[in-house]
Amino acid sequence: MWELIRANRRKSLVLFVMMGVILLLLGFVIGTALGGPETGYTGIIIATLIWLVMTLVGIYSGSSILLASSNAVKVERSVHPRLFNVVEEMQMSAGLKKMPEVYIIQSDALNAFATGRNPENSAIAVTAGLLAVANRDELQGVVAHEMSHIVNRDIRFMTFAGIMLGSIVLISQVFMRGMFYSSMGRYRGSSKDNGAGQLIIMAVALLFAILAPIAAQLLYFAVSRKREYLADASAVKLTRYPEGLASALEKISGSTADLESANKVTAPMYIANPLKAKGQRMRNLSSTHPPIEERIRILRALSGASYINYQETWQQVTGRNARLMPGSALAETETMAFRQKGEALIPEPAGLPFDAPAATQGSKAFKRSAGNLVMAANGFRFLDCSCGLKFKIPPGFSGKELKCSRCGTVHPL
Amino acid sequence: MKLTIIILAFIGLTVLYFIGMYNALVRLRNQVKNAWAQIDVQLKRRHDLIPNLIETVKGYMKHERETFEKITEYRAKAMAAGTVGEKAAAEGMLGQALGQLNVAVENYPDLKANQNFLALQEELTSTENKISYSRQAYNDSVLALNNKIQMFPSNIIANMFGFKQEEFFEIDIPQEREVPKVAF
Repeated sequence: MWELIRANRRKSLVLFVMMGVILLLLGFVIGTALGGPETGYTGIIIATLIWLVMTLVGIYSGSSILLASSNAVKVERSVHPRLFNVVEEMQMSAGLKKMPEVYIIQSDALNAFATGRNPENSAIAVTAGLLAVANRDELQGVVAHEMSHIVNRDIRFMTFAGIMLGSIVLISQVFMRGMFYSSMGRYRGSSKDNGAGQLIIMAVALLFAILAPIAAQLLYFAVSRKREYLADASAVKLTRYPEGLASALEKISGSTADLESANKVTAPMYIANPLKAKGQRMRNLSSTHPPIEERIRILRALSGASYINYQETWQQVTGRNARLMPGSALAETETMAFRQKGEALIPEPAGLPFDAPAATQGSKAFKRSAGNLVMAANGFRFLDCSCGLKFKIPPGFSGKELKCSRCGTVHPL
Repeated sequence: MKLTIIILAFIGLTVLYFIGMYNALVRLRNQVKNAWAQIDVQLKRRHDLIPNLIETVKGYMKHERETFEKITEYRAKAMAAGTVGEKAAAEGMLGQALGQLNVAVENYPDLKANQNFLALQEELTSTENKISYSRQAYNDSVLALNNKIQMFPSNIIANMFGFKQEEFFEIDIPQEREVPKVAF
């Protein structure tokens, strides 16, 4: 685990510096375009200031902004005891000191993400849709994958890289809008002597403002893709049961629902690309995740739970000869066997109050179960009448009792 | 003069080195204690859940009296066990008996529709998982401590201050260990 964290840190630093260079260059070029070579340095300073402010905001409220914008609500244990149990299990397996906060994303889509600035201040968010279709082992696989992002310090890196990308996008957007809405005459007037040269610089700046966010995004995605494989590998190590995650990914890949609240910056943080359900099959520079089928095939072909097994299987399945993880992480010689389904553990229970593992996505049972979950997450209480009617009591309800509209039984609250 | 300084420096460094080693041993011993406490919490939780489970299940499973008796007996044994080894053995038996009960549940469809039972079953499953994950952490920390106690030069300090090797928590189900009997 520690070797992976160290190698991750080294690689993140390289990537971070590259993105930083793009940011500074962008500031310089725009500054030069607006007022000549002297203002180029002012441009750098302004770009740095923008980035600093965004970083400060990001460190202290980045995860709450992200959680709020993805429509996630923090939930109590009673809303979904199994989710809490699974998070606790993975916390123990990963040796994390503090339990991450648990959120439910109010969406029918099948997805999950982890966020936070460090393992002590982290959160795991799972969509209501995923909770409605996943059985215990599948849920455990998904949570283990997210827990790996927390333990491998991916969440911190993704937060900082996301902020950097956001700053670059912001600066180039402001510049380009400014170009389109302001009269060009103002700039031409300030440089009578070399109008043509000024125009060229302007064109270069414009081109740069278009290319910089794309380049930064490609860098960001490149790292995020690799980290998905690593998180899968760590998840297998945590659960010792790759089939759980594989079958969860299979369900996720079969789903066509998009997660409306996701965007280009937040997409790499999810367990599977939330934007284009179809895009999960592609492998190119602009994809945020490795093709989901490939991840499933690797998981199903594994012969053991240690990193070296994953590395070898990864090479076989993808046909690449590259190294996925540093040699030091592969040095462990102990073989880690899988746990067998139900071995020493009790076979999974069939269903909980808000749980319908048999529900297939899109079915009535699925809609009901996901809908109930979202209501429960928002503080609704549920009451079963002996006649079979189910009451959904809103959080603000102040009445002392409730009369059943079908059989007339009065329920005290 | 110079020689005394060198000798003093050497002695000083050696003392510092041994202090560091002593502290490392203490840290490892505390880690083992902490990991054991984690297992203990889960084992207690398991013991607390069992009476509830049997109470809920009894009405449905009329033909499983034997299994209930076994579970109750092993639970009592596990709660009374003192050493890590005894505890591990008793808990292993208890886990096995609970597994039997769970297989038997399949024959009682009514039970599988009982919300109370399902909630209990989820808690029990999770507790079983937590026991196995905390066992992993405990055994890892015991291995680290025992290695330090046996290896040179930390074994000197360990002997001097009476650090004891700890026992692994191995849940072996007796049948697996028994040598197969061959009758001629």
